[in-house]
Amino acid sequence: MAEYLILIYEDEAAYATASAQEWHQTMAGHERFQQQVAEKGGTIVAGQALQPTTTATTIRADVVTDGPFVETKEALGGFYLIEARDLDHALDLSKFCPAPHGGVEVRPVMDLAGG
Amino acid sequence: MAGGDLPAGDRAASVGVPAGDRAARVGVPAGGMPTEDKPAGAGRDAASAAVADAHRHEWAFVLAATARVAGDLGLAEDSVQDAYATALDAWTRQGIPRNPGAWLTTAARRRAIDLLRRDRTLRAKLPLLIGPEPPTAASAPPGPDALENPVIADDRLRLVFTCCHPALARDAQVALTLRLVCGLTTGEIAQAFLVSEATMAARVTRAKKKIAAARIPYRVPRAAELPDRLDSVLTVVHLLFTTGHTAPAGQHLVRDDLAERAVGLARMLHTLMPDEREVRGLLALILLMRARRATRTAPGGRLVLLADQDRGRWDRAAIKEGAALVPGALRGGRPGRFSVQAAIAALHAEAPSYAETDWAQIVRLYDVLLATWNSPVVALNRAVAVAMADGPAAGLAQIEELERAERLAGYRYLSAAKADLLRRLQRWDEAAREYRAALALTENAAERDYLSRRIAEVTAPAAGTTE
Repeated sequence: MAEYLILIYEDEAAYATASAQEWHQTMAGHERFQQQVAEKGGTIVAGQALQPTTTATTIRADVVTDGPFVETKEALGGFYLIEARDLDHALDLSKFCPAPHGGVEVRPVMDLAGG
Repeated sequence: MAGGDLPAGDRAASVGVPAGDRAARVGVPAGGMPTEDKPAGAGRDAASAAVADAHRHEWAFVLAATARVAGDLGLAEDSVQDAYATALDAWTRQGIPRNPGAWLTTAARRRAIDLLRRDRTLRAKLPLLIGPEPPTAASAPPGPDALENPVIADDRLRLVFTCCHPALARDAQVALTLRLVCGLTTGEIAQAFLVSEATMAARVTRAKKKIAAARIPYRVPRAAELPDRLDSVLTVVHLLFTTGHTAPAGQHLVRDDLAERAVGLARMLHTLMPDEREVRGLLALILLMRARRATRTAPGGRLVLLADQDRGRWDRAAIKEGAALVPGALRGGRPGRFSVQAAIAALHAEAPSYAETDWAQIVRLYDVLLATWNSPVVALNRAVAVAMADGPAAGLAQIEELERAERLAGYRYLSAAKADLLRRLQRWDEAAREYRAALALTENAAERDYLSRRIAEVTAPAAGTTE
Protein backbone atom coordinates (compact mmCIF):
# COMPACT_ATOMS: atom_id res chain seq x y z
CA MET A 1 0.00 0.00 0.00
CA ALA A 2 1.10 3.53 -0.71
CA GLU A 3 -0.17 6.90 0.41
CA TYR A 4 -1.77 9.44 -1.88
CA LEU A 5 -3.01 12.93 -1.13
CA ILE A 6 -6.30 13.90 -2.73
CA LEU A 7 -6.35 17.67 -3.07
CA ILE A 8 -9.80 19.10 -3.63
CA TYR A 9 -9.80 22.23 -5.77
CA GLU A 10 -13.10 24.05 -6.10
CA ASP A 11 -14.61 27.42 -6.85
CA GLU A 12 -14.99 29.03 -3.44
CA ALA A 13 -17.62 31.47 -4.68
CA ALA A 14 -19.94 28.57 -5.42
CA TYR A 15 -19.76 27.51 -1.77
CA ALA A 16 -20.15 31.05 -0.46
CA THR A 17 -23.52 31.30 -2.17
CA ALA A 18 -24.60 27.68 -1.64
CA SER A 19 -27.96 27.00 0.00
CA ALA A 20 -28.16 24.99 3.19
CA GLN A 21 -29.54 22.10 1.18
CA GLU A 22 -26.61 22.11 -1.28
CA TRP A 23 -24.23 22.22 1.64
CA HIS A 24 -25.88 19.20 3.22
CA GLN A 25 -25.74 17.33 -0.05
CA THR A 26 -22.02 17.93 -0.38
CA MET A 27 -21.42 16.84 3.20
CA ALA A 28 -23.48 13.70 2.63
CA GLY A 29 -21.36 13.09 -0.48
CA HIS A 30 -18.21 13.20 1.62
CA GLU A 31 -19.64 10.74 4.12
CA ARG A 32 -20.54 8.41 1.28
CA PHE A 33 -17.03 8.81 -0.14
CA GLN A 34 -15.50 7.72 3.15
CA GLN A 35 -17.63 4.58 3.16
CA GLN A 36 -16.79 3.83 -0.47
CA VAL A 37 -13.05 4.07 0.17
CA ALA A 38 -13.36 1.47 2.91
CA GLU A 39 -15.61 -0.77 0.80
CA LYS A 40 -13.13 -0.66 -2.07
CA GLY A 41 -10.17 -1.71 0.02
CA GLY A 42 -8.61 1.69 0.66
CA THR A 43 -8.03 3.54 3.90
CA ILE A 44 -8.56 7.18 4.78
CA VAL A 45 -5.61 8.21 6.92
CA ALA A 46 -6.75 11.81 7.34
CA GLY A 47 -9.06 14.31 5.74
CA GLN A 48 -10.12 17.88 6.45
CA ALA A 49 -12.01 20.76 4.89
CA LEU A 50 -10.23 24.11 4.93
CA GLN A 51 -11.51 27.60 5.65
CA PRO A 52 -11.67 29.70 2.45
CA THR A 53 -8.56 31.38 1.04
CA THR A 54 -9.78 34.73 2.42
CA THR A 55 -8.52 33.41 5.74
CA ALA A 56 -5.13 32.33 4.37
CA THR A 57 -1.80 33.92 5.26
CA THR A 58 1.30 33.47 3.17
CA ILE A 59 4.89 33.62 4.34
CA ARG A 60 7.65 33.90 1.81
CA ALA A 61 11.19 34.62 2.98
CA ASP A 62 9.84 35.68 6.37
CA VAL A 63 7.53 38.26 4.81
CA VAL A 64 3.99 37.72 5.99
CA THR A 65 1.17 38.68 3.62
CA ASP A 66 -2.56 38.27 3.60
CA GLY A 67 -3.99 35.78 1.11
CA PRO A 68 -3.26 32.38 -0.46
CA PHE A 69 0.10 31.38 -1.95
CA VAL A 70 -1.34 31.53 -5.45
CA GLU A 71 -4.55 33.29 -6.42
CA THR A 72 -6.67 30.93 -8.53
CA LYS A 73 -10.32 30.68 -9.39
CA GLU A 74 -10.41 27.13 -8.09
CA ALA A 75 -8.57 26.95 -4.81
CA LEU A 76 -7.50 24.16 -2.48
CA GLY A 77 -10.45 23.69 -0.19
CA GLY A 78 -9.85 20.34 1.43
CA PHE A 79 -7.87 17.13 1.30
CA TYR A 80 -7.82 13.45 2.06
CA LEU A 81 -4.76 11.38 2.78
CA ILE A 82 -5.55 7.86 1.61
CA GLU A 83 -3.83 4.51 1.38
CA ALA A 84 -4.21 2.59 -1.86
CA ARG A 85 -2.52 -0.32 -3.60
CA ASP A 86 -1.31 1.63 -6.61
CA LEU A 87 -2.23 4.59 -8.78
CA ASP A 88 -5.08 2.74 -10.50
CA HIS A 89 -6.60 1.94 -7.11
CA ALA A 90 -6.04 5.50 -5.87
CA LEU A 91 -7.70 6.93 -8.99
CA ASP A 92 -10.61 4.51 -8.64
CA LEU A 93 -11.18 5.77 -5.10
CA SER A 94 -10.63 9.43 -5.94
CA LYS A 95 -13.32 9.34 -8.60
CA PHE A 96 -15.84 9.08 -5.77
CA CYS A 97 -14.52 12.15 -3.97
CA PRO A 98 -17.11 14.90 -4.32
CA ALA A 99 -15.93 18.10 -6.00
CA PRO A 100 -19.03 19.50 -7.69
CA HIS A 101 -17.46 22.92 -8.27
CA GLY A 102 -14.06 21.84 -9.50
CA GLY A 103 -11.98 18.69 -9.36
CA VAL A 104 -9.37 16.79 -7.43
CA GLU A 105 -5.65 16.30 -7.88
CA VAL A 106 -4.10 13.02 -6.79
CA ARG A 107 -0.48 13.14 -5.64
CA PRO A 108 1.65 10.23 -4.47
CA VAL A 109 3.22 10.83 -1.07
CA MET A 110 7.00 10.53 -1.09
CA ASP A 111 8.11 7.44 0.78
CA LEU A 112 11.23 8.60 2.62
CA ALA A 113 11.55 5.51 4.75
CA GLY A 114 11.30 2.90 2.03
CA GLY A 115 14.07 1.95 -0.38
CA MET B 1 6.40 -17.40 -29.06
CA ALA B 2 9.97 -17.68 -27.94
CA GLY B 3 11.56 -20.68 -26.31
CA GLY B 4 11.87 -23.21 -29.10
CA ASP B 5 15.48 -24.20 -28.62
CA LEU B 6 15.79 -23.71 -24.89
CA PRO B 7 15.50 -26.28 -22.14
CA ALA B 8 12.05 -26.58 -20.62
CA GLY B 9 12.95 -24.51 -17.59
CA ASP B 10 14.12 -21.57 -19.62
CA ARG B 11 11.12 -21.81 -21.86
CA ALA B 12 8.78 -21.41 -18.92
CA ALA B 13 10.83 -18.52 -17.67
CA SER B 14 10.65 -16.64 -20.91
CA VAL B 15 6.88 -16.82 -21.08
CA GLY B 16 6.23 -15.20 -17.73
CA VAL B 17 7.56 -16.50 -14.48
CA PRO B 18 5.39 -17.22 -11.50
CA ALA B 19 6.93 -15.98 -8.27
CA GLY B 20 8.43 -19.33 -7.38
CA ASP B 21 10.29 -19.69 -10.64
CA ARG B 22 11.57 -16.19 -10.40
CA ALA B 23 13.16 -16.87 -7.05
CA ALA B 24 14.67 -20.01 -8.49
CA ARG B 25 16.14 -18.17 -11.44
CA VAL B 26 18.00 -15.73 -9.23
CA GLY B 27 20.10 -18.71 -8.20
CA VAL B 28 21.07 -19.60 -11.73
CA PRO B 29 24.73 -18.82 -12.15
CA ALA B 30 25.58 -16.30 -14.80
CA GLY B 31 27.65 -17.29 -17.79
CA GLY B 32 27.05 -20.09 -20.29
CA MET B 33 24.42 -18.56 -22.54
CA PRO B 34 22.06 -20.95 -24.22
CA THR B 35 23.41 -21.30 -27.70
CA GLU B 36 22.80 -23.04 -30.94
CA ASP B 37 24.11 -26.58 -31.39
CA LYS B 38 25.93 -25.57 -34.56
CA PRO B 39 29.56 -25.13 -33.71
CA ALA B 40 30.43 -22.69 -36.49
CA GLY B 41 30.19 -18.92 -36.15
CA ALA B 42 27.72 -16.95 -38.21
CA GLY B 43 29.93 -14.26 -39.64
CA ARG B 44 29.73 -10.66 -38.57
CA ASP B 45 27.33 -9.53 -41.28
CA ALA B 46 24.85 -12.33 -40.72
CA ALA B 47 25.03 -11.83 -36.95
CA SER B 48 24.55 -8.11 -37.36
CA ALA B 49 21.50 -8.64 -39.56
CA ALA B 50 20.10 -11.13 -37.07
CA VAL B 51 20.58 -8.70 -34.20
CA ALA B 52 18.87 -5.93 -36.18
CA ASP B 53 16.01 -8.28 -36.99
CA ALA B 54 15.69 -9.37 -33.37
CA HIS B 55 15.77 -5.74 -32.32
CA ARG B 56 12.87 -4.98 -34.60
CA HIS B 57 10.75 -7.99 -33.76
CA GLU B 58 11.71 -9.18 -30.30
CA TRP B 59 12.53 -6.03 -28.34
CA ALA B 60 9.14 -5.71 -26.65
CA PHE B 61 9.06 -9.39 -25.75
CA VAL B 62 12.56 -9.33 -24.30
CA LEU B 63 12.04 -6.11 -22.35
CA ALA B 64 8.66 -7.14 -20.99
CA ALA B 65 9.98 -10.49 -19.82
CA THR B 66 13.05 -8.86 -18.30
CA ALA B 67 11.08 -6.14 -16.52
CA ARG B 68 9.41 -8.75 -14.34
CA VAL B 69 12.73 -10.11 -13.15
CA ALA B 70 14.34 -6.70 -12.82
CA GLY B 71 11.31 -5.22 -11.08
CA ASP B 72 12.45 -1.91 -12.49
CA LEU B 73 11.90 -0.45 -15.92
CA GLY B 74 15.19 1.44 -16.13
CA LEU B 75 17.22 -1.58 -15.07
CA ALA B 76 15.32 -3.82 -17.47
CA GLU B 77 15.99 -1.39 -20.30
CA ASP B 78 19.73 -1.25 -19.55
CA SER B 79 19.92 -5.02 -19.30
CA VAL B 80 18.15 -5.55 -22.60
CA GLN B 81 20.43 -3.01 -24.25
CA ASP B 82 23.42 -4.93 -22.89
CA ALA B 83 21.98 -8.22 -24.10
CA TYR B 84 21.65 -6.90 -27.64
CA ALA B 85 25.19 -5.55 -27.49
CA THR B 86 26.48 -8.94 -26.31
CA ALA B 87 24.50 -10.76 -28.97
CA LEU B 88 26.49 -9.33 -31.85
CA ASP B 89 29.76 -10.82 -30.62
CA ALA B 90 28.25 -14.03 -29.33
CA TRP B 91 26.31 -14.75 -32.49
CA THR B 92 29.28 -13.91 -34.69
CA ARG B 93 31.35 -16.38 -32.70
CA GLN B 94 28.86 -19.13 -31.93
CA GLY B 95 26.24 -18.83 -34.61
CA ILE B 96 22.76 -17.35 -34.54
CA PRO B 97 20.47 -19.10 -32.06
CA ARG B 98 17.38 -20.74 -33.44
CA ASN B 99 15.29 -18.58 -31.13
CA PRO B 100 16.95 -15.17 -30.82
CA GLY B 101 14.18 -13.77 -28.61
CA ALA B 102 14.62 -16.48 -26.00
CA TRP B 103 18.41 -16.14 -26.13
CA LEU B 104 18.16 -12.38 -25.62
CA THR B 105 15.61 -12.75 -22.82
CA THR B 106 17.84 -15.16 -20.95
CA ALA B 107 20.86 -12.93 -21.45
CA ALA B 108 18.96 -9.80 -20.39
CA ARG B 109 17.48 -11.46 -17.32
CA ARG B 110 20.88 -12.73 -16.23
CA ARG B 111 22.30 -9.28 -16.76
CA ALA B 112 19.49 -7.75 -14.68
CA ILE B 113 20.03 -10.21 -11.84
CA ASP B 114 23.74 -9.53 -12.05
CA LEU B 115 23.24 -5.79 -11.83
CA LEU B 116 20.79 -6.21 -8.98
CA ARG B 117 23.31 -8.26 -7.01
CA ARG B 118 26.13 -5.89 -7.72
CA ASP B 119 24.27 -2.77 -6.73
CA ARG B 120 21.38 -3.19 -4.38
CA THR B 121 20.66 0.53 -4.51
CA LEU B 122 19.67 0.22 -8.16
CA ARG B 123 16.49 -1.27 -6.86
CA ALA B 124 15.43 2.10 -5.46
CA LYS B 125 15.81 3.99 -8.71
CA LEU B 126 12.82 3.17 -10.86
CA PRO B 127 11.00 0.39 -9.08
CA LEU B 128 8.31 -1.17 -11.14
CA LEU B 129 5.06 -2.05 -9.45
CA ILE B 130 4.27 -5.55 -10.45
CA GLY B 131 0.68 -6.63 -9.97
CA PRO B 132 -0.22 -9.50 -7.69
CA GLU B 133 0.85 -12.79 -9.22
CA PRO B 134 -2.11 -14.61 -10.70
CA PRO B 135 -2.81 -18.24 -9.95
CA THR B 136 -0.68 -20.62 -11.98
CA ALA B 137 -1.80 -21.58 -15.44
CA ALA B 138 -2.88 -25.03 -14.33
CA SER B 139 -5.33 -23.81 -11.70
CA ALA B 140 -6.77 -20.99 -13.79
CA PRO B 141 -8.41 -22.08 -16.99
CA PRO B 142 -8.71 -19.18 -19.43
CA GLY B 143 -12.02 -17.42 -18.86
CA PRO B 144 -13.33 -13.90 -19.25
CA ASP B 145 -10.48 -12.70 -17.07
CA ALA B 146 -7.85 -14.50 -19.10
CA LEU B 147 -6.06 -11.21 -19.61
CA GLU B 148 -5.31 -11.17 -15.91
CA ASN B 149 -3.16 -14.18 -16.44
CA PRO B 150 0.18 -13.13 -17.87
CA VAL B 151 1.05 -16.69 -18.84
CA ILE B 152 -1.69 -16.36 -21.40
CA ALA B 153 -1.72 -12.62 -21.93
CA ASP B 154 2.02 -12.19 -22.53
CA ASP B 155 4.06 -9.60 -20.67
CA ARG B 156 4.17 -7.37 -23.73
CA LEU B 157 0.60 -6.37 -22.96
CA ARG B 158 1.59 -5.24 -19.47
CA LEU B 159 4.30 -3.16 -21.04
CA VAL B 160 1.98 -1.55 -23.60
CA PHE B 161 -0.72 -0.77 -21.06
CA THR B 162 1.83 0.73 -18.69
CA CYS B 163 3.33 2.92 -21.43
CA CYS B 164 -0.13 4.13 -22.49
CA HIS B 165 -1.51 4.68 -18.99
CA PRO B 166 -4.00 7.57 -18.99
CA ALA B 167 -2.15 9.23 -16.09
CA LEU B 168 0.67 9.94 -18.56
CA ALA B 169 0.40 12.76 -21.08
CA ARG B 170 -0.27 11.65 -24.65
CA ASP B 171 3.16 12.74 -25.90
CA ALA B 172 4.76 10.79 -23.06
CA GLN B 173 2.67 7.71 -23.90
CA VAL B 174 3.83 7.91 -27.49
CA ALA B 175 7.48 8.41 -26.55
CA LEU B 176 7.45 5.60 -23.99
CA THR B 177 5.77 3.19 -26.39
CA LEU B 178 8.40 3.87 -29.04
CA ARG B 179 11.21 3.62 -26.52
CA LEU B 180 10.10 0.63 -24.47
CA VAL B 181 7.85 -1.37 -26.79
CA CYS B 182 9.56 -0.66 -30.12
CA GLY B 183 13.08 -0.16 -28.80
CA LEU B 184 13.73 3.06 -30.69
CA THR B 185 16.49 5.22 -29.29
CA THR B 186 15.62 8.57 -27.76
CA GLY B 187 17.41 10.24 -30.67
CA GLU B 188 15.28 8.39 -33.22
CA ILE B 189 12.07 9.32 -31.40
CA ALA B 190 13.18 12.95 -31.14
CA GLN B 191 13.83 12.99 -34.88
CA ALA B 192 10.44 11.50 -35.66
CA PHE B 193 8.65 14.14 -33.64
CA LEU B 194 10.92 17.02 -34.60
CA VAL B 195 12.04 17.91 -31.10
CA SER B 196 15.56 18.03 -29.72
CA GLU B 197 17.03 14.87 -28.26
CA ALA B 198 17.36 16.60 -24.88
CA THR B 199 13.65 17.44 -24.89
CA MET B 200 12.71 13.88 -25.77
CA ALA B 201 15.09 12.43 -23.19
CA ALA B 202 13.55 14.66 -20.52
CA ARG B 203 10.07 13.59 -21.60
CA VAL B 204 10.92 9.89 -21.39
CA THR B 205 12.70 10.27 -18.05
CA ARG B 206 9.84 12.26 -16.55
CA ALA B 207 7.34 9.63 -17.64
CA LYS B 208 9.41 6.78 -16.23
CA LYS B 209 9.79 8.63 -12.95
CA LYS B 210 6.06 9.13 -12.74
CA ILE B 211 5.43 5.43 -13.33
CA ALA B 212 7.66 4.66 -10.38
CA ALA B 213 6.75 7.50 -8.00
CA ALA B 214 3.00 7.42 -8.54
CA ARG B 215 3.06 3.60 -8.62
CA ILE B 216 1.45 3.09 -11.99
CA PRO B 217 0.97 -0.67 -11.90
CA TYR B 218 2.68 -2.96 -14.39
CA ARG B 219 -0.35 -5.00 -15.32
CA VAL B 220 -3.07 -5.52 -17.85
CA PRO B 221 -6.24 -3.68 -16.82
CA ARG B 222 -9.20 -5.60 -15.45
CA ALA B 223 -12.03 -6.42 -17.84
CA ALA B 224 -14.12 -3.52 -16.51
CA GLU B 225 -11.41 -0.95 -17.21
CA LEU B 226 -10.28 -2.51 -20.46
CA PRO B 227 -12.38 -0.57 -23.00
CA ASP B 228 -11.10 2.82 -21.79
CA ARG B 229 -7.55 1.70 -21.32
CA LEU B 230 -7.47 -0.09 -24.65
CA ASP B 231 -8.72 3.04 -26.37
CA SER B 232 -5.72 4.90 -25.01
CA VAL B 233 -3.36 2.23 -26.41
CA LEU B 234 -5.06 2.21 -29.80
CA THR B 235 -5.00 6.00 -29.95
CA VAL B 236 -1.24 5.96 -29.42
CA VAL B 237 -0.71 3.36 -32.16
CA HIS B 238 -2.98 5.27 -34.51
CA LEU B 239 -1.18 8.52 -33.74
CA LEU B 240 2.13 6.85 -34.56
CA PHE B 241 0.68 5.66 -37.82
CA THR B 242 -0.74 9.02 -38.86
CA THR B 243 2.47 10.79 -37.88
CA GLY B 244 4.36 8.36 -40.07
CA HIS B 245 1.75 8.36 -42.82
CA THR B 246 1.60 12.14 -43.15
CA ALA B 247 4.45 13.82 -41.39
CA PRO B 248 3.38 17.17 -39.89
CA ALA B 249 6.43 18.86 -41.38
CA GLY B 250 9.52 18.16 -43.35
CA GLN B 251 10.53 17.11 -46.81
CA HIS B 252 8.88 13.74 -47.06
CA LEU B 253 5.18 13.17 -46.89
CA VAL B 254 5.62 9.73 -45.43
CA ARG B 255 7.82 8.85 -42.51
CA ASP B 256 7.73 5.24 -43.28
CA ASP B 257 9.60 3.79 -40.34
CA LEU B 258 7.03 5.18 -37.90
CA ALA B 259 4.14 3.87 -39.98
CA GLU B 260 5.83 0.49 -40.12
CA ARG B 261 6.26 0.48 -36.33
CA ALA B 262 2.56 1.21 -36.01
CA VAL B 263 1.74 -1.76 -38.24
CA GLY B 264 3.99 -3.94 -36.10
CA LEU B 265 2.32 -2.74 -32.90
CA ALA B 266 -1.18 -3.24 -34.29
CA ARG B 267 -0.25 -6.76 -35.40
CA MET B 268 1.18 -7.54 -32.00
CA LEU B 269 -1.94 -6.27 -30.22
CA HIS B 270 -4.16 -8.26 -32.56
CA THR B 271 -2.16 -11.42 -31.89
CA LEU B 272 -2.32 -10.86 -28.15
CA MET B 273 -5.98 -9.78 -28.02
CA PRO B 274 -7.62 -11.54 -30.98
CA ASP B 275 -11.13 -11.04 -29.61
CA GLU B 276 -10.93 -7.26 -29.26
CA ARG B 277 -12.87 -5.88 -32.22
CA GLU B 278 -11.34 -2.41 -32.11
CA VAL B 279 -7.84 -3.87 -32.22
CA ARG B 280 -8.88 -5.78 -35.31
CA GLY B 281 -10.42 -2.59 -36.71
CA LEU B 282 -7.26 -0.58 -36.11
CA LEU B 283 -5.05 -3.19 -37.75
CA ALA B 284 -7.42 -3.30 -40.74
CA LEU B 285 -7.46 0.49 -40.99
CA ILE B 286 -3.69 0.78 -40.88
CA LEU B 287 -3.18 -2.00 -43.44
CA LEU B 288 -5.72 -0.47 -45.81
CA MET B 289 -4.28 3.04 -45.54
CA ARG B 290 -0.78 1.76 -45.94
CA ALA B 291 -1.70 -0.28 -49.01
CA ARG B 292 -1.87 3.02 -50.89
CA ARG B 293 1.46 4.36 -49.75
CA ALA B 294 3.37 3.77 -53.02
CA THR B 295 0.88 5.97 -54.86
CA ARG B 296 0.44 8.80 -52.38
CA THR B 297 3.45 10.67 -53.64
CA ALA B 298 4.82 11.06 -57.13
CA PRO B 299 8.56 11.09 -57.89
CA GLY B 300 10.04 14.13 -56.20
CA GLY B 301 7.72 13.76 -53.22
CA ARG B 302 4.74 15.43 -54.88
CA LEU B 303 1.40 14.70 -53.15
CA VAL B 304 -1.12 12.67 -55.15
CA LEU B 305 -4.73 12.75 -53.97
CA LEU B 306 -6.86 9.64 -53.61
CA ALA B 307 -8.81 10.61 -56.74
CA ASP B 308 -5.64 10.63 -58.86
CA GLN B 309 -3.79 7.67 -57.39
CA ASP B 310 -2.80 4.77 -59.65
CA ARG B 311 -4.96 2.04 -58.16
CA GLY B 312 -3.05 -0.59 -60.08
CA ARG B 313 -0.09 0.04 -57.81
CA TRP B 314 -1.96 -0.36 -54.55
CA ASP B 315 -0.72 -3.22 -52.43
CA ARG B 316 -3.38 -5.85 -53.13
CA ALA B 317 -2.07 -8.28 -50.52
CA ALA B 318 -2.37 -5.63 -47.79
CA ILE B 319 -5.84 -4.66 -49.00
CA LYS B 320 -6.92 -8.29 -48.95
CA GLU B 321 -5.58 -8.78 -45.45
CA GLY B 322 -7.09 -5.53 -44.18
CA ALA B 323 -10.48 -6.00 -45.81
CA ALA B 324 -10.73 -9.55 -44.46
CA LEU B 325 -10.45 -8.17 -40.92
CA VAL B 326 -13.30 -5.67 -41.37
CA PRO B 327 -16.39 -7.91 -41.07
CA GLY B 328 -15.18 -9.34 -37.76
CA ALA B 329 -14.49 -5.83 -36.46
CA LEU B 330 -18.00 -4.63 -37.34
CA ARG B 331 -19.87 -7.71 -36.14
CA GLY B 332 -21.49 -7.88 -32.70
CA GLY B 333 -22.88 -4.65 -31.29
CA ARG B 334 -22.04 -1.06 -32.07
CA PRO B 335 -18.67 -0.90 -33.82
CA GLY B 336 -15.91 1.35 -32.54
CA ARG B 337 -14.39 4.27 -34.38
CA PHE B 338 -11.39 2.42 -35.79
CA SER B 339 -13.56 -0.39 -37.11
CA VAL B 340 -15.89 2.00 -38.93
CA GLN B 341 -12.96 3.90 -40.39
CA ALA B 342 -11.54 0.58 -41.56
CA ALA B 343 -14.85 -0.21 -43.26
CA ILE B 344 -14.66 3.15 -45.07
CA ALA B 345 -11.04 2.54 -46.04
CA ALA B 346 -12.02 -0.91 -47.37
CA LEU B 347 -14.69 0.60 -49.62
CA HIS B 348 -12.10 3.00 -51.01
CA ALA B 349 -9.52 0.26 -51.44
CA GLU B 350 -11.86 -2.07 -53.28
CA ALA B 351 -13.46 0.54 -55.54
CA PRO B 352 -12.36 0.34 -59.18
CA SER B 353 -12.00 4.13 -59.38
CA TYR B 354 -12.65 7.27 -57.37
CA ALA B 355 -15.85 8.03 -59.30
CA GLU B 356 -17.10 4.46 -59.02
CA THR B 357 -16.64 4.37 -55.25
CA ASP B 358 -19.79 3.57 -53.29
CA TRP B 359 -20.07 7.12 -51.93
CA ALA B 360 -23.60 6.68 -50.63
CA GLN B 361 -22.43 3.79 -48.46
CA ILE B 362 -19.45 5.84 -47.32
CA VAL B 363 -21.75 8.68 -46.26
CA ARG B 364 -23.80 6.15 -44.26
CA LEU B 365 -20.66 4.83 -42.58
CA TYR B 366 -19.64 8.37 -41.67
CA ASP B 367 -23.04 8.76 -40.04
CA VAL B 368 -22.33 5.66 -37.96
CA LEU B 369 -18.91 7.04 -37.13
CA LEU B 370 -20.31 10.41 -36.08
CA ALA B 371 -22.71 8.64 -33.73
CA THR B 372 -19.81 7.09 -31.78
CA TRP B 373 -17.24 9.79 -32.35
CA ASN B 374 -18.58 13.30 -32.82
CA SER B 375 -15.45 14.82 -34.27
CA PRO B 376 -15.47 17.84 -36.58
CA VAL B 377 -12.78 16.14 -38.67
CA VAL B 378 -15.13 13.21 -39.24
CA ALA B 379 -17.88 15.66 -40.17
CA LEU B 380 -15.53 17.24 -42.70
CA ASN B 381 -14.75 13.87 -44.28
CA ARG B 382 -18.45 13.16 -44.40
CA ALA B 383 -18.99 16.46 -46.25
CA VAL B 384 -16.40 15.43 -48.83
CA ALA B 385 -18.21 12.11 -49.32
CA VAL B 386 -21.53 13.95 -49.62
CA ALA B 387 -19.96 16.10 -52.35
CA MET B 388 -19.10 12.93 -54.24
CA ALA B 389 -22.50 11.31 -53.70
CA ASP B 390 -24.73 14.36 -54.22
CA GLY B 391 -22.52 16.90 -55.97
CA PRO B 392 -20.08 19.62 -54.85
CA ALA B 393 -22.81 22.12 -53.94
CA ALA B 394 -24.27 19.72 -51.36
CA GLY B 395 -20.82 19.10 -49.90
CA LEU B 396 -20.02 22.78 -49.80
CA ALA B 397 -23.19 23.52 -47.86
CA GLN B 398 -22.08 21.04 -45.20
CA ILE B 399 -18.60 22.50 -45.02
CA GLU B 400 -20.01 25.99 -44.58
CA GLU B 401 -22.11 24.68 -41.75
CA LEU B 402 -18.95 23.30 -40.12
CA GLU B 403 -17.26 26.65 -40.58
CA ARG B 404 -20.08 28.40 -38.75
CA ALA B 405 -19.67 26.00 -35.83
CA GLU B 406 -16.03 27.16 -35.66
CA ARG B 407 -14.83 23.85 -34.33
CA LEU B 408 -12.35 23.44 -37.17
CA ALA B 409 -10.78 26.88 -37.08
CA GLY B 410 -7.18 26.58 -38.20
CA TYR B 411 -7.59 23.02 -39.50
CA ARG B 412 -5.73 22.93 -42.79
CA TYR B 413 -7.84 20.28 -44.44
CA LEU B 414 -11.01 22.34 -43.96
CA SER B 415 -9.74 25.10 -46.24
CA ALA B 416 -8.26 22.58 -48.67
CA ALA B 417 -11.49 20.59 -48.92
CA LYS B 418 -13.55 23.75 -49.33
CA ALA B 419 -11.17 25.00 -52.01
CA ASP B 420 -11.53 21.77 -53.97
CA LEU B 421 -15.31 21.99 -53.98
CA LEU B 422 -15.22 25.66 -54.99
CA ARG B 423 -12.88 24.70 -57.80
CA ARG B 424 -15.28 22.02 -58.97
CA LEU B 425 -18.05 24.63 -58.89
CA GLN B 426 -15.73 26.85 -60.98
CA ARG B 427 -15.81 29.59 -58.34
CA TRP B 428 -12.15 30.34 -59.08
CA ASP B 429 -11.51 33.42 -56.92
CA GLU B 430 -13.01 31.87 -53.81
CA ALA B 431 -11.16 28.63 -54.52
CA ALA B 432 -7.85 30.49 -54.77
CA ARG B 433 -8.52 32.24 -51.46
CA GLU B 434 -9.20 28.94 -49.69
CA TYR B 435 -6.14 27.25 -51.21
CA ARG B 436 -4.04 30.14 -49.93
CA ALA B 437 -5.56 29.80 -46.48
CA ALA B 438 -4.72 26.08 -46.50
CA LEU B 439 -1.19 26.83 -47.70
CA ALA B 440 -0.63 29.15 -44.77
CA LEU B 441 -1.52 26.32 -42.38
CA THR B 442 0.81 23.52 -43.48
CA GLU B 443 4.55 23.02 -43.12
CA ASN B 444 4.58 19.74 -45.04
CA ALA B 445 6.57 20.34 -48.22
CA ALA B 446 4.58 17.87 -50.34
CA GLU B 447 1.29 19.42 -49.28
CA ARG B 448 2.62 22.93 -49.85
CA ASP B 449 3.65 21.96 -53.33
CA TYR B 450 0.23 20.50 -54.08
CA LEU B 451 -1.60 23.59 -52.83
CA SER B 452 0.70 25.93 -54.74
CA ARG B 453 -0.02 24.04 -57.95
CA ARG B 454 -3.75 24.30 -57.33
CA ILE B 455 -3.47 28.05 -56.75
CA ALA B 456 -1.63 28.43 -60.04
CA GLU B 457 -4.31 26.36 -61.71
CA VAL B 458 -7.32 28.32 -60.49
CA THR B 459 -5.71 31.72 -60.99
CA ALA B 460 -4.48 30.93 -64.51
CA PRO B 461 -6.33 32.82 -67.26
CA ALA B 462 -7.33 29.50 -68.77
CA ALA B 463 -9.08 28.39 -65.61
CA GLY B 464 -12.50 27.12 -66.42
CA THR B 465 -11.53 25.48 -69.63
CA THR B 466 -9.76 22.56 -68.02
CA GLU B 467 -12.52 21.13 -65.89
